[in-house]
Amino acid sequence: MIDWQIATVKAIKPETPEVKSFTLALPDWMKHRAGQHYDVRLTAEDGYQAQRSYSIASEPERAREIDLTIERLADGEVSTYFHDVLAVGDRVELRGPIGGYFVWEAALNAPLLLIAGGSGVVPLMSMLRHRRAARAINPTRLLFSSRTPDDAIYFDELEKLRAANDGLEIFYTFTRERPPEWKGYARRIDNAMLNEVAKPLGKSARVFICGPTALVENAANGLVQIGIKPNQIKTERFGPTGT
Amino acid sequence: MNESKMDLNRELMVDGNAVAGLLQEIFAIEMTATPTECANCGNAAEVGALQAYTQAPGAVLRCPACESVMIRIVQTPNHIYFDARGAVRLTLPREKK
Ligand SMILES: Cc1cc2nc3c(=O)[nH]c(=O)nc-3n(C[C@H](O)[C@H](O)[C@H](O)COP(=O)(O)OP(=O)(O)OC[C@H]3O[C@@H](n4cnc5c(N)ncnc54)[C@H](O)[C@@H]3O)c2cc1C
Ligand SMILES: [Zn+2]
Repeated sequence: MIDWQIATVKAIKPETPEVKSFTLALPDWMKHRAGQHYDVRLTAEDGYQAQRSYSIASEPERAREIDLTIERLADGEVSTYFHDVLAVGDRVELRGPIGGYFVWEAALNAPLLLIAGGSGVVPLMSMLRHRRAARAINPTRLLFSSRTPDDAIYFDELEKLRAANDGLEIFYTFTRERPPEWKGYARRIDNAMLNEVAKPLGKSARVFICGPTALVENAANGLVQIGIKPNQIKTERFGPTGT
Repeated sequence: MNESKMDLNRELMVDGNAVAGLLQEIFAIEMTATPTECANCGNAAEVGALQAYTQAPGAVLRCPACESVMIRIVQTPNHIYFDARGAVRLTLPREKK
């Protein structure tokens, strides 16, 4: 049984102008599976509560603490609290790790296709960090859609993971503003793009798609149209978040 | 598609996985890898793959194939109402002795 517990904020790291990572120390830490999330609960003095889910960004190999990476939504209740109010040393109530559906384990030695929009990269990053920590070398491709290069969460770390040359390839697409001289994708994810990225992995690839609901719907439908079986595709819709 | 389905704001839709914490609170085990079957169209899917709407104080889970309501969960301060009349069954793992 997973009970509510009180974590302490150990570090806060800006990732992009709108996104920060929060390292939380947990008194009742339990090893998670990459892709799982925690439920966070805020309680106001009058007893009013707001609860949201946040994916675990860190790898399961890291003990006693987790990273959450949260995008600030301008009129969002819980994400603005994390960004504007929470400081190192503060306490946060949460429960987890939660979920047994949207999870990937390195022991599953099949080709892996990860598709992310904006903060949807968070649970996929846990998978990639886990993959690296477990020294997996399965063919893996990440297709990552961001508005602008400055909005690409984890960019530096992703480039390092790519440089390890262990079978990971990364494809960025920028929907609003591209870097100068950019030769990569600069449009919303479409079937032509899905085809180019997915094809080399073959028909047996496991697929995880995460991000704003509209992007997830679009990518999942597109993959089915290009011949990937629905039961190989797992989705995690974040609701009406950015991108 | 009937009127009530057209009303749904698809932007707010998440996956059954988003209700994993609440389900675990009710059943005391992880429920999102649990197979289910839609009572309306017979589609088989894991709970984590259902369409979920979580704005209400509770949640509504719909069939990803025909969008009919499979499970409805309502929370009040003292009770949780769990209505699964739209699901033929939920197949739970048995604790190995
Ligand atoms: C399983 C899961 C994992 C998640 N993981 C992450 C993660 O790792 N990182 C992350 O940043 N987010 C994640 N999310 C999203 C997160 O749970 C929150 O939804 C998000 O942070 C917004 O919460 P909020 O309280 O800030 O905003 P809210 O107050 O909930 O509002 C969100 C936005 O939607 C709009 N909105 C709210 N209700 C409506 C409505 N009825 N109609 C129209 N618009 C509306 C608001 O104006 C606002 O812009 C995840 C979601 C799920 C389900
Ligand atoms: Zn159905």
